[in-house]
Amino acid sequence: MNAKMGTITFIEHDGTEHEVEFVDGSSLMELATSNGVPGIDGDCGGEASCGTCHVIVDDAWIAVAGTRSDVERQMIEMSPECAANSRLACQLKACPDLDGLKVRLPEFQM
Amino acid sequence: MTERVVIVGAGHASAQVCASLRRDGWSGEILLIGDEPSLPYQRPPLSKAFLAGESTLADLLIRKPEFYEKEHIVFRRGRVTGIDRDAATVGLDDGETLGYDKLVLCTGARPRPLPVPGAELAGVHDLRDVADAQSIRSGLATAGRAVVIGGGYIGLEAAASLRKLGLAVTVLELADRVLQRVTTPRISAFYDRVHREEGIDLRLGTGVVALEGDGRVTGVRLADDEVIATDLVVVGVGVVPNVELAQAAGLTVDDGIAVDAHGRTEDPAVFAAGDCTSYVDARSGCRLRLECVANAVEQAKTVSATICGHDRSISALPWFWSDQFDLKLQIAGLSTGYDETVLRGDPDTGRSFACFYFAEGRLIAADCVNRAQDFMFSKRAIAEGLSPDRGLLADSDTQLASLLQASSTGGG
Ligand SMILES: Cc1cc2nc3c(=O)[nH]c(=O)nc-3n(C[C@H](O)[C@H](O)[C@H](O)COP(=O)(O)OP(=O)(O)OC[C@H]3O[C@@H](n4cnc5c(N)ncnc54)[C@H](O)[C@@H]3O)c2cc1C
Ligand code: FES
Repeated sequence: MNAKMGTITFIEHDGTEHEVEFVDGSSLMELATSNGVPGIDGDCGGEASCGTCHVIVDDAWIAVAGTRSDVERQMIEMSPECAANSRLACQLKACPDLDGLKVRLPEFQM
Repeated sequence: MTERVVIVGAGHASAQVCASLRRDGWSGEILLIGDEPSLPYQRPPLSKAFLAGESTLADLLIRKPEFYEKEHIVFRRGRVTGIDRDAATVGLDDGETLGYDKLVLCTGARPRPLPVPGAELAGVHDLRDVADAQSIRSGLATAGRAVVIGGGYIGLEAAASLRKLGLAVTVLELADRVLQRVTTPRISAFYDRVHREEGIDLRLGTGVVALEGDGRVTGVRLADDEVIATDLVVVGVGVVPNVELAQAAGLTVDDGIAVDAHGRTEDPAVFAAGDCTSYVDARSGCRLRLECVANAVEQAKTVSATICGHDRSISALPWFWSDQFDLKLQIAGLSTGYDETVLRGDPDTGRSFACFYFAEGRLIAADCVNRAQDFMFSKRAIAEGLSPDRGLLADSDTQLASLLQASSTGGG
């Protein structure tokens, strides 16, 4: 087993929190699906093709996590729940700098 | 005694059944039986990034091994050879018999065999599982030429990946256009153009009569007797659903294993999901057998909910994607039955456009090439039953978001 690199908290739309530890540079989508976090489907396996891994990064973290790329923008902006800090979880890789990151989930994935 | 769900087949549908059962509150045993060595993995990259050497098997796993451990889901490698519905048991190829309270069939589909002499030669490959993709990859070091038989999505994706790796690639298609079974003539014409521009030798209306070689394939003989020399053949001529287990157990098979809107077969203890099933689509009223991840996931979620006593029916819009060269195609909905198309962008010149399909004034489907925004717009507009203004939709200056608010939900 690799050493723990950090923790990320996924907050469901109803407020339920899921703390997930990470040990490598998996994407947030992989972390969520492999830890049974409800509300992230990741149907395309992380190719930014399906849009079922929408998350909203906590304001305090957006500078570190970075804003969405052009492809993410195109995929997310049609969602009725799109927010300023919306990202695709499959395009956001865990790294030591993100230890403690909090992301919120929309009510529905598109 | 705790109750036990047995899932047959460890692919996309079963991975989702596993995850959904725990979310939906199933606290009993979950036993996943699969005949491939690996836990469920993504098949789509097999003809795309994985074939091109850009990812590994570990990258393909749908969920990591820790997930199954944590959720107490037992993976058992083996092949189910029979179902005894009266005894509620399944038999395995190693002779063991296992009982179930609920049985979910997620047996998927297998490649349609190419019915010509020589199909068993070394160097001739199907492309369905990771073993197929690995054996294609392992032959690449010494291969300069490849022939792909079949111009469907998998054939064209394989052709693009092999071309990217520097091989000279010929694609042979029996029909008079590529993607004939799965898309409209306009999209076929677009992919025809791009494949030729990328240097693929694309031959339509071309039948194969034999694969030739002494132990290993060296040539493909065509109906007109021409022989195309090659080092490698990839066969992508469609799939057949794995329905034999269900059939032998006396369950109804209508193209696929027949399930209702809740994923049930006629046996209240037996369910099915994914490529092996057919069901009556509520939108079109037609019986469909779909071969895509979105369908596998949607049916799996429905089966899980039904098992756990929640009311859910198969409803999410089917969608699909395909990566070839620098093109990302995203398809929302099913275009069958369209009576009008609207184009946004020009498929005859560039490499970015969307083609929207309407039936009786309502948007039913869209093919979007390098237009993620148009795809997401379509997913939402179709699901909401909108009838966006065709003129505005065709106008590239229109902001798509504005059509979500303005369009009527009526029939025209
Ligand atoms: C190369 C390729 C590219 C693709 N690209 C796309 C794409 O871009 N987008 C998309 O949406 N879809 C794509 N698909 C289709 C997609 O992969 C399938 O729709 C999906 O895998 C269906 O999931 P499933 O669980 O129904 O079946 P499968 O994933 O096929 O899983 C079925 C499993 O059951 C096993 N099995 C069968 N019978 C038994 C038995 N008796 N006992 C034990 N195990 C058994 C099989 O070996 C297999 O492992 C692609 C498929 C391939 C092969
Ligand atoms: S997993 Fe499909 S877009 Fe992120």
